[in-house]
Amino acid sequence: MESINAKYVSQKISKTKWRPVSHSDLQLPEIFATGSWDNEDNRISIWSIGSNLSTSMEDGFEGDPQLICEHKHDGDVLDLQFLDQDRIVTASSTGAVTIFRHHQNSQTISVSQLWARAHRYPCDNAPCTGVVCSSPEIVTVGEDGRIVVFRADQEGVVRVIGELKKSLMDCLTFDRESQTVGLQTAKSGDRVPLHCVDRHPNQQHIVATGGQDGMLCVWDVRQGNTPFSLMEAHTAEMWEVHFHPTNPDHLFTCSEDGSLLHWETSSHSDMPSFLQGGRNSSMVSRSAMAPAGGKQPLISAWLSGDSSKGRLETTHMLPSQTLSVNSLDVLGPCLVCGTDGEAIFVNRQVPV
Amino acid sequence: VFLSSSFFKLQNIPAISDGKHMGFAWGPGDILVYETRYKAPCILSQKDEDIYSPILRKLFNESHHIFVGLQTIREDLPSKINAQLVRKNPHSVFYSDIHFITLFSCTILTLICFLLKVSILLAIELIWNLCEVLFIDAAPAGSLLLHLLDWVRLHKADVDERASEVLQSESPAEHRDYWNVVVSYVLQGRLEEVRQMLVKQANLQPAARSMYKQMDTLLSKMPFYNPGGTQTLTEFDVKWRHWHEEVDRCLQDNSFASNRHLELICKILLGDEDTLLDHKELLGTWYHFLVTRLLFCHPTVKPTELHYYAQSCMTMFLDSRSVPEPLDNILLAAFEFDIHQVIKECSIALNNWWFVAHLTDLLDHCKLLQSHNLHFGSNLREFLLLEYASGLFTHHSLWQLAVDYFDHCPEFGRVYLELQIERVPLETERKALKVLRICEQRQMSEQVRSICKIMAMRALRNNRLGSALSWSIRAKDAAFATLISERFLQDYCAKGTFSDLDLIDNLGPAMLLSDRLTFLGKYREFHKLYGEKRFREAAKLLLSLMTAKIAPQSFWMTLLTDALPLLEQKEVMFLSLQEEDVEVTKVELLRLALARNLAQAIVKEGTVET
Repeated sequence: MESINAKYVSQKISKTKWRPVSHSDLQLPEIFATGSWDNEDNRISIWSIGSNLSTSMEDGFEGDPQLICEHKHDGDVLDLQFLDQDRIVTASSTGAVTIFRHHQNSQTISVSQLWARAHRYPCDNAPCTGVVCSSPEIVTVGEDGRIVVFRADQEGVVRVIGELKKSLMDCLTFDRESQTVGLQTAKSGDRVPLHCVDRHPNQQHIVATGGQDGMLCVWDVRQGNTPFSLMEAHTAEMWEVHFHPTNPDHLFTCSEDGSLLHWETSSHSDMPSFLQGGRNSSMVSRSAMAPAGGKQPLISAWLSGDSSKGRLETTHMLPSQTLSVNSLDVLGPCLVCGTDGEAIFVNRQVPV
Repeated sequence: VFLSSSFFKLQNIPAISDGKHMGFAWGPGDILVYETRYKAPCILSQKDEDIYSPILRKLFNESHHIFVGLQTIREDLPSKINAQLVRKNPHSVFYSDIHFITLFSCTILTLICFLLKVSILLAIELIWNLCEVLFIDAAPAGSLLLHLLDWVRLHKADVDERASEVLQSESPAEHRDYWNVVVSYVLQGRLEEVRQMLVKQANLQPAARSMYKQMDTLLSKMPFYNPGGTQTLTEFDVKWRHWHEEVDRCLQDNSFASNRHLELICKILLGDEDTLLDHKELLGTWYHFLVTRLLFCHPTVKPTELHYYAQSCMTMFLDSRSVPEPLDNILLAAFEFDIHQVIKECSIALNNWWFVAHLTDLLDHCKLLQSHNLHFGSNLREFLLLEYASGLFTHHSLWQLAVDYFDHCPEFGRVYLELQIERVPLETERKALKVLRICEQRQMSEQVRSICKIMAMRALRNNRLGSALSWSIRAKDAAFATLISERFLQDYCAKGTFSDLDLIDNLGPAMLLSDRLTFLGKYREFHKLYGEKRFREAAKLLLSLMTAKIAPQSFWMTLLTDALPLLEQKEVMFLSLQEEDVEVTKVELLRLALARNLAQAIVKEGTVET
């Protein structure tokens, strides 16, 4: 694996997202967006790792992300999604939902649309904590417990899907086929709040979640209310979990404890080992690069009853312990993540 | 312009009443001004802007990463590796971003501020590298000079720029800067480059060829000490003296008399002070002068002799009128190997603790710092780290870095952290979760409770009862959980339904946190059972709720009302099972009858007569 280096950017990164590449081009992803948090002036920024960008700057090495443009953002960026090639939707801690437009020829960003009080309490602002979109519809959820649907280019709210009396913020997935929003509210066996959820790209009934205790749970939503397999992944909150979009045998998780894990399942049968019953998988863990200070034991082997039917390998992707990794995104062979140590890591040769 | 930490800014301060004076006290990032009777000399106020600059933020983050890595390195690793960790970064941070900033600086004022900051950063780098050379690498005589040469070359990079300018011109040997470049190279001891440049000149003057050949020979024969080689220092010294005498002979013979440039070079090679001082603009600084002089006069200088030469060079170089600047004092203290003096001078000159804190930490790890205990208990390293970290905590974003610094201050770090962490503003739940994680990892239960209470109150104010309840459960705050459960029950009484069913249904063992909460959970369970038409179990549960005395008084009426439909059922729900005592059964039946009566009575009484 090529060595991965930190790019320090003077802002704590809360979200990173690759710009989607059109499948016909078979291009590698080049552009990604980041949002910052906990600053007096937060910003969303667009970066490029392409080599076709003319730079007059001295870099340490090729492939260092270069800042293309950025724009001020009111409040922390709590979620960020690409609506299409040019537009980015953000969820703000002030309760606002904003659409930014990236003008490619002038390399600037401007605010295209703003819903200032999408989420609110009667007397306070309620942070908007998640946004998901399938152009032109945008669905957001906030700490006030409402799910709101907007339409890009339309002023007002399209509809409010129920007042949820949710106790903690949650996460959305969008099911394009049935045009519904699946809000994962199921709780794990220990009744731990969830922070992230992702659906298997091909087999829609498989869902992975991560929560406050850092456990990775894999669910089969057709069968019952308990997770299919539970794995101890991290020692602190897991912030994001992603299946690889084209190679779903690979899963990535990042956490408050500063690690980013790459999970790879290789089973001999057709079904991924997640579904063979978590209690039978054994796990082998290894570090791709030993962090400074020696080895760290990773994960305890799950309960192994009979002989394992599948194997699950886990790899640390960051060279050494950092502050919390808040966000990650993976597209093709490229992975980007942002941390509270004000650093961005880009890896262009993820083994998938 | 170095280290003039006097970046003044005038502030308007509201008027002080008659007869009183203004006093002030320094904080970690700002200054407190107050009214007082006492009089003191007047001082201008100063705002610490350093911590907010984007370049410095990168520096803080990178150095934090290195600091944490340094703390976890085992004791037995050699100190060289520690130094390697540090050496990796400052240069790249500075230069890649200096370009970035120049593209964006607009007004003159920002440019000046920027240049000030750059000059301070460059000075810091200069001092840091010198400390590495002298303290950490601790080179002995022989290698010492080589390291000092590297140090000077690193910080006088403009020579290469001018050289490339000259070499890229049409006729380099006739460029007006040509001889300046050649002399600069000689002053830095880069004799290979000198020889290459001189070849071009020699080609232009075929008549003087033999003279250039002679100079070339001299230059090629200058001995440089090779630390890894087999030659001892004494042997090298002998060899060097031979060479020195040869150069002297050439000068006395007037071999270069006809070419003043070559004669100049010859004099420099001999280390002639007056010649060197004639070229102050090319040298630029007194420490360059020092190193050059050592190179050509005393290449086997020992570390202990360094400060004699340093002092005399500084005196010679600076005019009698000019006062040494803070940077000069710091460098001089370094040459004297007085670590404490270096730290002290840096603390005074720089208005940010970053540099001294990290330097002291590094020296401490290399066991170079005899820490004398300060009279309030902690040692110097810890004191500086605490000051630095406290400064970080005032920053809206960099407070997270400070946590790790406090962790590695064994004496007072925890106390400082406990006091500071509560003051981090909690605008979103996500930030609160991060702060909580920090507190929980360090078993700071007081702070956990305090933060959870803040978040719970906020949720309560916005009528988010479920959210408030989860916060109090996390804090294991029984009193607050009781309060919120009461609110839930009041809500039920008012509206007839529960809010946040999800949470209550899934309380699990957390239900036992407080009596009221248990009651709430069980009561909800009763409703569920009733809804599923499992009347027998529901009835049993209701009975146990009534008898267990955990129901609040205000709720008894509601419980009784709930019992009504059950009482009206055809089947006798409350028939006890075989296992139970007859006595107990009687009591229960009695109770039941009474309850029934009471219920009917209330209903009748409350019925409005139309």
